[in-house]
Amino acid sequence: MALTKADMAERLFEEFGLNKREAKDLVEMFFEEVRRALTTGKQVKLSGFGNFNLRDKSQRPGRNPKTGEEIPITARRVVTFHPGQKLKARVEAHAGTQQQQ
Amino acid sequence: MTKSELIEIIAQKQKHLSYKDIEYAVKTMIEQMAQSLASGERIEIRGFGSFSLHFRPPRMGRNPKTGEPVPLSGKYVPHFKPGKELRERVNESIGTTTIQE
Repeated sequence: MALTKADMAERLFEEFGLNKREAKDLVEMFFEEVRRALTTGKQVKLSGFGNFNLRDKSQRPGRNPKTGEEIPITARRVVTFHPGQKLKARVEAHAGTQQQQ
Repeated sequence: MTKSELIEIIAQKQKHLSYKDIEYAVKTMIEQMAQSLASGERIEIRGFGSFSLHFRPPRMGRNPKTGEPVPLSGKYVPHFKPGKELRERVNESIGTTTIQE
């Protein structure tokens, strides 16, 4: 089992009487606004959870693993996630007792 | 963008819910995500990405003050893999925006 947008909407519906449509829209909006910030060059800091940072990577030499042919890997921008102290501690606390599903 | 800026943006776009409601909803969503990882459950958000736990095996550490070896037990750490839409949109923005701190 994995947590999905549907589970998050369900929780908003149950916990404070948003109708299902509003709950679904709100979950969608939450992720869309984080995406939008990241696509406009803004890093995102969600306290209690973690930071989404951006990194520009310059072009580097690569290789087609099948043919061995050299092809450059073009310059790109990537998102990296850094969990905050609080999240790290909470996850770690369960490390001894739980296997990941 | 911080959590409070995110709440602000959503509140401006979502006219039928109060700022207080949005604030509580956003906090609830973030807490639900943290809770999910803390209990060993993955998160899968289509178009955004997935969060899972990676295991770090036990190792010998060192007390930085005394230099004495200290055994460290294995632990889980949160890991984020950006989804296709986020990856592509962020990469497309490389030519048009610069990364802001």
